[in-house]
Amino acid sequence: MSHDATSLGSDVLVSLEGVRAGYDHHVVLSDVDFRVHARDFTGIVGPSGAGKTTLLRLLLGTLEPMQGATMHAKGARVAYVPQLETVDWNFPITVEECVLMSRPQRRWLPRTTPSERRAVAEVLERLGIAGVAHRHIRDLSGGQQQRMFLARALLREPELLLLDEPTSGVDVSTRHDMLHLLGDLNADGLAIILTTHDLNGMAAHLPHLVCVNHRIVGEGSPEQVLTPSVLEQTFGARMEVLEHLGMRVVVDEARVMRAVGDE
Amino acid sequence: MDVLIEPLGYAFFTKGLLVATLSGALLGLIGVYIVLRGMSYIGHGLSHSIFGGFAAVQLFAAQFYILGAGLWGIASALAINAVSRRSRVGADAAIGVITTASFALGVALFSKFGTSGPAFDNALFGSILGISTEQIIGLAVVSALTVAFVLVRYRALLFTTFDPQVAEVSGVNVRRLEAALMVVLSLAILATLTVIGVTLVAAMLVIPAVVARMLTDSFSKMLVISTVVGAASGLIGMYASYFAGVPSGTMIVLVGAAVFLVVLALTGGRGLRKTAGLDHHPEMVTAATR
Repeated sequence: MSHDATSLGSDVLVSLEGVRAGYDHHVVLSDVDFRVHARDFTGIVGPSGAGKTTLLRLLLGTLEPMQGATMHAKGARVAYVPQLETVDWNFPITVEECVLMSRPQRRWLPRTTPSERRAVAEVLERLGIAGVAHRHIRDLSGGQQQRMFLARALLREPELLLLDEPTSGVDVSTRHDMLHLLGDLNADGLAIILTTHDLNGMAAHLPHLVCVNHRIVGEGSPEQVLTPSVLEQTFGARMEVLEHLGMRVVVDEARVMRAVGDE
Repeated sequence: MDVLIEPLGYAFFTKGLLVATLSGALLGLIGVYIVLRGMSYIGHGLSHSIFGGFAAVQLFAAQFYILGAGLWGIASALAINAVSRRSRVGADAAIGVITTASFALGVALFSKFGTSGPAFDNALFGSILGISTEQIIGLAVVSALTVAFVLVRYRALLFTTFDPQVAEVSGVNVRRLEAALMVVLSLAILATLTVIGVTLVAAMLVIPAVVARMLTDSFSKMLVISTVVGAASGLIGMYASYFAGVPSGTMIVLVGAAVFLVVLALTGGRGLRKTAGLDHHPEMVTAATR
C-alpha cells in the first residue's frame, strides 16, 4: 500500500510501517519501521545483500512492500543518485544534456531554453564542476561523474535526496569533498539518506545511522550504534570499536588477525 | 547522369526509390534508440515475428492487410517488451522461441498457400516491385508519427534510454514509454518490410546508428546522422539494386555496410571504441531484477 499521507507529522517525508519487502517471493527485509524527517542526514549501513538498496527503493517508492505500508508526504519531491556503474558511460551525451534530463519537457520541440541553461550552469557551479558542461560524460573523473549525477538530482529541487553508495570507488579526497558537499546541502535544508559500507570513512561522520541486516538492527547516532554488539548483529562478525579524537573507529577483528598472521 | 535519370522514367522505380529512402531514414532514426538500448536483437526478433502475421493476413484476409499485420506487430512488440523486462526467466530464450515460431508459421503458410516463389522471396529480402500507393501513405504516416514521438518525448526517451531507474524516480512513466517505443518500432518494421525484407530490416536498424555513433559524441547529432545515413543507403541501394538486378533489401544493406567500412577506415579505432558498450546494458538487467 502506498498513500499520500496528510496525517503524517508535519516534518515526516516518508514513513515505513511494519514493512516486509523483497523480490519474487524472496524476502529481503522484514519488520521495518522507519521514518524520514525533513533535514535528516542518515547513513544506511550493512553488509552486501543485507537489504540496503531494497530499503532505498522502498523510500524512493519504486518498490512496493509485500506487507505493511509506505507513506510519502504529499508533494515532496524525491531525487536519486544511483551508483556510477549502473549506466553506460559511453552513451553519447554531454554533461549538460545529462543534467537536463531531469527537467520535464513541456514543449513540442526539445530545444534547451536559456533559463534551463542558466539553471544547469548554476548547479554545476555550486558543485564545483562548472567547466565541464560541454564535455562528454566519459571524459570526467569518478568524482566529477558523481557530482554530475548529484547535479541532475538537485535540478529537480528535491526535499529528499537518496544516494546509493555515493563514495564507492572514489579516492579519499573525493570522498572527503563529497561528504562536505552533502553536509552543506543538508545544512541548507535538504534531507539526505545514503547507503554505505564504509564505516570509518563515511558512516562515522554522519549524524544518524541505520544498521540493516534483513531487518533494522539499530538506529541512532554513531556513538549509539557503532558498538561491538550492534555491529556483530549487523555484519555477523566481531569488530573492535576504538575512540580516536572523539570519532568512532571500527576495527574488523578478522582483518586484524590476518594482518598479524601475515607478519 | 543519364544513367541515374533513365530509371526514373519508370513509375515503379520512382515509387521504390521514394519508399527505400524514407524507409532508410525511418529505420535510421528509430535505430538510434534500439542500438543505444542494446536491443538490436529485439529488432531482429520483432521483424521475424511480424512476418508470421504478415503472411497470414496477406494470404487469408488481404483486404485487412494493414490493420491485421499492424495488430499482429503491436501484439508481438508488447509481448517481447513484457518478456524482456523479466530478464531472469531468460528473455533471450523466450524471445528466440516466440519470434522464430512466428517466423516458421509465416514460412509454412507461404509454402502451403502462397501463390508462387517470388512473393516469398520478396518478403524475405525486399522488393522494388508491387509497391502500392497505400503502402507509401502508410510509410509516410508511420514516419510522421515516429518523428512526432521523438520530438515530443525527446527528453523522456533520452532519460529512459540512458538511465531508466532514475527516469522512473524522476516522474517518467518508463513502462508506458517503452511500450510506446516498441509499438512505434513494430509499425516502422511493418511499413518498411516489403522494400527492405524481413531478414534485413534489423541490419538497417543497426548500421546507420552504429555509423552515427562512430562519428559523434552528441545524442542529437547522432539522431540526425543516423537518419541521413539510413536515407542515403536506401537511395543508393535502390539504384544499385535496379542495375544489379538483385533484391532491393540486399543492396540497401550492402551500401550501409560499405558506409560503415568507410567510416571505420576514416575514424579508425577511435570510432570503434565509441561503439563499445552498445551491446551491454547493466542497467537493463538490474532495473528488471532488483
